[in-house]
Amino acid sequence: MAETTAPRPRRVALFITCLVDFLFPRVGEATLEVLHHFGVEVDFPEAQTCCGQPAFNAGHRPQARTAALHFLAVFEDAEVVVAPSASCVAMVVEHYAPLFDDHPPTAQRFAALAAKTFELSQFLTEVLGVESIPGRWDGSVAWHHSCHGLRGLGIAEGPQTLLRSIEGLELRPLPGAEVCCGFGGLFSVKFPRLSTDMLQEKIDAFEASGAECLSATDGSCLMHIGGGLERQGSAKTAQHWVEILASAIAQVPPRQDLTRQDRPRLESD
Amino acid sequence: MDINTRDFPARARQALGDGALRRALATSNKSFRHSRDQAVAEIPEWQALRTYGQQAKKRAVDALPTALNAFRDRFTARGGQVHFAEDAADACARVRAILERHGARRIVKSKSMVTEEVRLNQDLENHGYEVIESDLGEYIVQLAEEAPSHILAPAIHKSRQDIAELLHRHLGTAPDADIPTMTRAARVALRQRFLDADVGISGGNFAVAETGTLVIVENEGNARLTTTLPKVHIALVGIEKVLPRRRDLAPLLRLLCRSATGQQLGSYISFIGGPRRSGESDGPEEVHVILLDGGRLDLWHDPKGREALHCIRCGACLNVCPVYERIGGHAYGWVYPGPIGSVITPRFVGLGEAKDLAHASSLCGRCDEVCPVKIPLHKLLLENRAQSVEQGHVDAGAGLVVGGFARLVGSPKLWRWALALARPLYRLLRRTPVTRWGALGAWQAGRTLPSLEGPSFRQRWRRRHARGGGR
Repeated sequence: MAETTAPRPRRVALFITCLVDFLFPRVGEATLEVLHHFGVEVDFPEAQTCCGQPAFNAGHRPQARTAALHFLAVFEDAEVVVAPSASCVAMVVEHYAPLFDDHPPTAQRFAALAAKTFELSQFLTEVLGVESIPGRWDGSVAWHHSCHGLRGLGIAEGPQTLLRSIEGLELRPLPGAEVCCGFGGLFSVKFPRLSTDMLQEKIDAFEASGAECLSATDGSCLMHIGGGLERQGSAKTAQHWVEILASAIAQVPPRQDLTRQDRPRLESD
Repeated sequence: MDINTRDFPARARQALGDGALRRALATSNKSFRHSRDQAVAEIPEWQALRTYGQQAKKRAVDALPTALNAFRDRFTARGGQVHFAEDAADACARVRAILERHGARRIVKSKSMVTEEVRLNQDLENHGYEVIESDLGEYIVQLAEEAPSHILAPAIHKSRQDIAELLHRHLGTAPDADIPTMTRAARVALRQRFLDADVGISGGNFAVAETGTLVIVENEGNARLTTTLPKVHIALVGIEKVLPRRRDLAPLLRLLCRSATGQQLGSYISFIGGPRRSGESDGPEEVHVILLDGGRLDLWHDPKGREALHCIRCGACLNVCPVYERIGGHAYGWVYPGPIGSVITPRFVGLGEAKDLAHASSLCGRCDEVCPVKIPLHKLLLENRAQSVEQGHVDAGAGLVVGGFARLVGSPKLWRWALALARPLYRLLRRTPVTRWGALGAWQAGRTLPSLEGPSFRQRWRRRHARGGGR
């Protein structure tokens, strides 16, 4: 691990995000597992709701402000906020403060919140300085850059470096990895044909990459791409990158300093 | 150009199904992107240059009222004439007044998006003038009786074969003529038009206030002929093209040319400082610059929209846009397509008239990345969405959903109940793939909805902590 002068945060508040809570709870459990592995304690403030991005992107700013203020009330006192989604983090980091630019004291509080809110891979690689993941995961992975991750938050190499470090995992190049998969939230509903046409380009590139699994930082892209793969009867899968990390780490013998209670357990269906 | 922005969704659907269009766009966009990327890679300080460009345009646009007056004074002092046109009708009327004064009939034009914006060709033709476009792409589009589909490459939606057939019909070239043959034929046809023209009409890339200079960038030499051969030259320029300082011009030209075509500089860059002076052997006797507002001042007065006026019309955002690449320029329904079009069109024609345009983006942000003057296009699209809602352009259903969302999102208890209720509903809808109902129906058009992986994360967290005795 890299040396850092700042003290390593011991506790983080987990912002689970709507999609992970509702559709992909295993991504949430994998997040706990990975954070625990690196000695980080996780709080889950149960009063959390949605970051407000759907309302914001649809142009409904008063409602987005309601969501932002609630988010602030829930997370303002946390040392660090971590979420397994670049898109929701980009909402907090990029859009919250400007929503209150008519009220500078509030905007300032949102700026402070933004400074301590991280997407999971940012937290692992940039804050904790994690450089490699122990354990193993056998298979080939193609990396898809989520737009909000790559262009919104500047996440490019971090998660790929960690994936590449896993024994047995082969990271294959995905042509056009930086091109949007066509999800875009409301866009996918308002312009379904445009959206699925963009999806097809992504799926074709993925199929051509020869990788078995497509991975990314965002459940939204993965829901979209995975849904397309399933609809087309593809044998390939789309999986959140933290699930791969957690699977690899699960191969490592449990650490003695963790109590049973701290160790996450995976629920079966 | 007529305003057809209301039909955007239908036009986009139709374009999406047009195989020939799709092939033409895919090829041209890829080649544009490739050229631009190479040209940018040659400049190590590209990002710093972009920042300079951003600041230069910000300085220029922020000082717009002063800069416009300074340009008028300077250009007038050099013998030119400057007019301000409030809107399209005003601009066309001012052009016609000049034509009438000179008894002009034949007009040759070089490429100008502002003249498309004010529908100058239609206006002049309706008044009996003979207008010919001299930019090859514009000429092709004019022969085909179409509108340009790209701000830089007007005929980009047409394949080589389409053009060969068109020129075969109009100029008698072979139906399968190669590109050099077609270009030569067009050049021959156009040459006489330049010589016969009474008036030349152009656009303008920059209007430098400090020196009173109109700057035009081009590759075919037709703009230079248009602005020098006829005895009168009229330039139509958007007010946002005024640049107070001469020293900002060179960096902006570098940014423009590399972003637009991947060239170091355009083949011809003309610096026009008024009419022919005594003792000079060529050049027009009169030069007019008509500066068009056309909605730009309203945009200027909106602090959240003003950055859109920084645009130098390079077209790079079109070339990287996955939506533009799939539907082409005509689908957007007006003059300016692609991301910048979806930003400025609703401001010029009305947010209600073009409310779908701001949504014609997955907000992927590739346009922001290539914009040579760092316009935050995706944020401006979001701004348009918000202002559109503020002006009441929202359907009742969406209003209801968003109202409900706001109730829930601020109340953890209601939020939990809503999510718990949503689970059986989601399972039911998911098992009904034929449903055409609302958002889920649209989603299921090409994607299977994921199944629920057992209990929600929230439930799992509670169970874990209940078992562990933690809470």
